Amino acid sequence: MAKPPASARKRSVQQANRRDEVTGTDFVGHEWDGIEELNTPLPRWWLWALYISIVWGVVYVILYPAWPMLNSATSGTLGWTSRGQLSAEMDAEAARRAPMVRALAAVDLNALPANRELMQFAIAGGAAAFRANCVQCHGSGATGSPGYANLRDDDWLWGGDMNAIHFTITNGIRNPDHPQTRMSLMPAFGRDGILTGQQIDDVVSHVRVISGQERASAASARGAVIFAENCAVCHGPTGEGMRSVGAPRLTDRIWLYGGDRATLTTSVANARRAVMPAWGGRLDPVTINMLTAYVHSLGGGEAAPAPSETGAQPAAPTVPATP
Amino acid sequence: MTAPAPAKGFSLYAKREPVFPKAVSGNFRRLKWAIMAVTLTIYYVTPWLRWDRGPYAPTQAVLVDLAHRRFYMFGIEIWPHEFYYVAGLLIMAGIGLFLLTSAVGRAWCGYACPQTVWTDLFQLIDRLVDGDRNAQFRLHAAPWGPGKIARRLVKWAIWLLISLATGGAWVFYFADAPQLAGQLFNGSAAPVAYSAILVLTLTTFVFGGFMREQVCIYMCPWPRIQTAMLDEKSLIVTYKDMRGEPRGSVKAARAEPDKFGDCIDCDQCVAVCPTGIDIRDGAQVGCITCALCIDACDAVMAQVGRPRGLIDYATLADAKVEQAGGKPAPLLKTIFRARTLIYLGLWSAIGLGLLFTLGNRTRVDISAAQERNPRFVQLSAGDIRNAYSINISNMESRPRQMRVAMEGLAGGHMWQGESSEHGPERAIDVTVPADSVARVTVFVAAPYGNGHSEDFHFTLRALDREGGGDNHAVTFSRPLE
Ligand code: SF4
Ligand code: SF4
Repeated sequence: MAKPPASARKRSVQQANRRDEVTGTDFVGHEWDGIEELNTPLPRWWLWALYISIVWGVVYVILYPAWPMLNSATSGTLGWTSRGQLSAEMDAEAARRAPMVRALAAVDLNALPANRELMQFAIAGGAAAFRANCVQCHGSGATGSPGYANLRDDDWLWGGDMNAIHFTITNGIRNPDHPQTRMSLMPAFGRDGILTGQQIDDVVSHVRVISGQERASAASARGAVIFAENCAVCHGPTGEGMRSVGAPRLTDRIWLYGGDRATLTTSVANARRAVMPAWGGRLDPVTINMLTAYVHSLGGGEAAPAPSETGAQPAAPTVPATP
Repeated sequence: MTAPAPAKGFSLYAKREPVFPKAVSGNFRRLKWAIMAVTLTIYYVTPWLRWDRGPYAPTQAVLVDLAHRRFYMFGIEIWPHEFYYVAGLLIMAGIGLFLLTSAVGRAWCGYACPQTVWTDLFQLIDRLVDGDRNAQFRLHAAPWGPGKIARRLVKWAIWLLISLATGGAWVFYFADAPQLAGQLFNGSAAPVAYSAILVLTLTTFVFGGFMREQVCIYMCPWPRIQTAMLDEKSLIVTYKDMRGEPRGSVKAARAEPDKFGDCIDCDQCVAVCPTGIDIRDGAQVGCITCALCIDACDAVMAQVGRPRGLIDYATLADAKVEQAGGKPAPLLKTIFRARTLIYLGLWSAIGLGLLFTLGNRTRVDISAAQERNPRFVQLSAGDIRNAYSINISNMESRPRQMRVAMEGLAGGHMWQGESSEHGPERAIDVTVPADSVARVTVFVAAPYGNGHSEDFHFTLRALDREGGGDNHAVTFSRPLE
């Protein structure tokens, strides 16, 4: 047998320096049911990988933020931070979108739907802004819920063309802090003692008749008279509604709160005065333009009214005195 | 310990013995040169072939356009959803190799495998720079000196050039070749192009220059599969030991003619073998059936005036028959037997199936998905509205006018776009740009009805002379009360 290698000679004396003859490697001395462990040296490549990793680690610690300190961390000579990288990426993205954003800031809203590329860009941005700001009330599908308008249907309280939507988003509805806000207050006919319970019942019958939910009756005939005297000034003589005061059309299938008798009775007796924030001060004009495009695209968007109706200014409906 | 004492210097690692195959000439060598010329030409030239597909599609005859997910091959264009064509081709390649192996043995290895072709090419460079077998031996054994260094540098430089051309040609299959070539030179090509060239150049250099037969013997899975594919009726390169043994020099044989076989033990078959084996030891995994030993042996037999074919393509069955003094089966019968015919049938069936579907595939496609949030919207006048996103694929290289129409859903109508205004139409026309998918959102409105959902179809028809169409079933949802 050849002389044992140096490593074997140095090892403790309690185990015999036995060597596996096939591989020429020493045994460790452990044995499990006749299976013994060889003291195979670390492969060279493994050692080198370890050394390279150590060097790599040192270089990394020098170049990049690494050691946590009490309030911060060592900053590394490259000056790299994850936040810096993020903001660089965000800046690059903002720069990429800049031409579109500029175009969107200056666009004539009525002409926007015809500009396919810009409109798509605006809709995409609007969808994102909608999810952040609007879904709380209008729902993720923009279908609303009782008291919160469904933005997808073809019925609008205050108008569904680009400028009208833009005005509503900017100034809000019944927002006491904003002089420009969409404003109208329906009287609480019951609570304020304008109509008696019986009268309210009759007028509700009338509304259910004109919306096609009930047959005409003596009660609805009485209600028609009450309607003409009290309601027609805002809702129109036939109940077709009036957008300038946000009075809903009462003849269709769409109800903000509900068209059943109980809900209608509540609405007439106590009035409904839903509000919407004015987003003008909170969102930048481009985002509001995007939101406008998005809401307009949901299926209910209307074409701009004939030019005679719109002045040079975006349509700002006259604010009627509260009744 | 009862294990036998190992020999001194025992090692589990076998060092590669360098192989210096001798130049040889003959029919098989000529065939190999021809195949090498053809395959290399195909490989290097294909990306540069042009094919006119009109103004909307690339002009490269064979192009794998990963960025746009298109595969072009002359008149055929494949979209990602038609990947089964590629799968079919791969299955055909697999069965084709089975077929080839069971009929003519490792013909792929011997003639067409890139590893073989490039190794052959590199060995040609060896001979041009260093000289033939003996000179290469001497140079290998010689100590390093200026002369050896100079020769090695020249040889490696040529190898590297070939490798670079090989790696370079590969990337041309994935982008417009002339344009990419320009970009590669002025440094503006995509990084992935450079890294692909780097990797392929290095592998070509290492595999073709240094590893050679080691790839075949130790790395490639194919020899293992092939050994299972071969049977006693496959044509393989066989040394007919009955005829050759016992070996004896010409002189010895002349002295005692009855005592010796035909093999004169000149070792020419070993000298020419690119994998450095001795075919006289019998069939073995190292033999790639390049048939060069047949050429070498035939030349020797001609010199000593004995019939050719001591080493020859033969089936093991034939070798046995011949040994018993019978006549070998005719070549055609050897090649066309039940097993190869079954492979051939499978192979052609898949090929014909692919061709058939290729001929009948429509180049338009429609798919539609109902919007889910919300599924329906109540309209003012009482109708219910649903929205659908429709994808219309135009797989031709020209813009096409298409019509999407509704089939079913009585009283329904559809319109495109985002507005609430619409007419009573039940169809829309869309112009789909060349080779692309148009996505349109359509609204469909229908009477409230009885509140039940209803199934209907969107049909697609191309409005030009070629026509073609497709349809997709969707559901119209209504509120349940
Ligand atoms: S063994 Fe593999 S690498 Fe070698 S020639 Fe055959 S297929 Fe090619
Ligand atoms: S034994 Fe003959 S056929 Fe096989 S690889 Fe060598 S030279 Fe080629």
